[in-house]
Amino acid sequence: MGSDMHDSTSGGPSGGGGGAPRGAGAGPPPEHRSATTLRVNGKPHTLLVDHRRVLLDVLREDLDLTGSKKGCDHGQCGACTVLVDGRRMNSCLLLAVSLDGSEITTIEGLAGDGEELHPLQRAFLDRDAFQCGYCTPGQICSAAGAMSEAAAGHPSHVTDPALPSGRPVPLDRAEIRERLSGNLCRCGAYPRIVEAVRDAAGQDAAGRTEGVIR
Amino acid sequence: MRSFGYVRATSVEEAARAFAARPGARYLGGGTNLVDLMKLGVERPDVLVDVSRLPLDRVEELPDGSLRVGATVRNSDLAAHPLVRDRYPALSQALLAGASGQLRNAATTGGNLLQRTRCPYFQDLSKPCNKREPGTGCGAREGVHRDHAVLGWSEQCIATHPSDMAVALAALDARVELYGDEGGREVPAAEFHRLPGDHPERDTVIRPGELITGVVLPTATGRVPSAYRKARDRASYAFALASVAAVLRVSDGAVAQAGLAFGGLAHRPWRAARAEEALVGGPATAQAFERAVDAELAAARPLRDNAYKVPLARALAVDVLTRLARAGAA
Repeated sequence: MGSDMHDSTSGGPSGGGGGAPRGAGAGPPPEHRSATTLRVNGKPHTLLVDHRRVLLDVLREDLDLTGSKKGCDHGQCGACTVLVDGRRMNSCLLLAVSLDGSEITTIEGLAGDGEELHPLQRAFLDRDAFQCGYCTPGQICSAAGAMSEAAAGHPSHVTDPALPSGRPVPLDRAEIRERLSGNLCRCGAYPRIVEAVRDAAGQDAAGRTEGVIR
Repeated sequence: MRSFGYVRATSVEEAARAFAARPGARYLGGGTNLVDLMKLGVERPDVLVDVSRLPLDRVEELPDGSLRVGATVRNSDLAAHPLVRDRYPALSQALLAGASGQLRNAATTGGNLLQRTRCPYFQDLSKPCNKREPGTGCGAREGVHRDHAVLGWSEQCIATHPSDMAVALAALDARVELYGDEGGREVPAAEFHRLPGDHPERDTVIRPGELITGVVLPTATGRVPSAYRKARDRASYAFALASVAAVLRVSDGAVAQAGLAFGGLAHRPWRAARAEEALVGGPATAQAFERAVDAELAAARPLRDNAYKVPLARALAVDVLTRLARAGAA
């Protein structure tokens, strides 16, 4: 840690010039900053980060990736949700320095390099699953994480305890509602968010819980 | 937020040494509570000793049939682990009843035990709080205390412990593994957290610099008949108003073994020893369960605005015990 802080600088999209590690400047004493490498959407970035800096602020302010949103800044709303090494987390509560070497995927990188949208992005458009859109990047990243978890057999609070361990969990409405409860939508677009995630998760519209909710 | 140093520990010994070297040190696990408290100004560490990457991320069955859970195992992984789901269902259920998917992916087993109360007065620097700043008083005592304790509180502090996981661990007779100056030691999970008394600033019996290295679940050859149930203000993603974890073995219509703990009622997971004593050897009937739970809750001293917790906890406990008895008889 810290030994290579002069070796590399940020390859941030708005960077290019300078050469000084970004995130530096006036501020805390040197022992309160560390060179930290994050792979964000497949691209490595090495930054000299103030230890106080959370991942969300690095993404938005240092790397100009403003898709991840700051809602509550206390891990309560989910608007800042990103994938860290493939797992969804609240980027507002993760100290960037603690993530050295991690792979971060934000809404900007979810679909990969091509023009094609991620199936969740497509489904949110098709279902008109948002109004103001502020919570949407977090909803989509969270849903992507939730789909991976369900496929890996992770149970939720509403999963039938009789379902054998390790078996993929089908994402019906009740499962989606429970698994996305860490993402708030102040416009109240929840019904369509659930539909969009159901579409993306490949659930048939006449699934077994049809009519149970609402 | 005040700036601070950062050390990433690669071994338990190194972590303990780094901590001991700096009086204002804090261990960093998933950070879901600590980073939040730092933003609020409640925690102001000089240095963070990051223990989240210590090689304590495994769940392993020991030769005696017990299950050792490393301190850095994430809450979501613990809840999904086949041996936890199959043998200790109350633990898996408790974990899944807490927080959100995002938080469970970050939060560690050790950090879950060490999370602080969500009492709003504790989190608000403009309010008096004996837990945050001993001697300043308790804003909640005559303030907003609908979520606060009904058992074991003191004039100094009426906060509750927020963990769901810890309630299940208490009922399951788990043990907490600690590492410190004098080497390792184990503490029963039910005795790991304290009652506030005159020192509400101390949540647990952990000694300065001691690190949680793991949790051990007692030997089980098959499923420990157990369950967790939680009541909250909304269906998901909220702290418990009251919760219960129970273990119940029934043999020939009589209770052979009982473990019962409440969450949301006290400064620590409340192990209901009096109820357990009343249950064991008695009939596995709803009436017997009611009497046993009433014996425990007779000690409750509700505050002005939280008397609802007593009948709520009673109903939860009787329901869970009744279901376990039915499942055991089936």
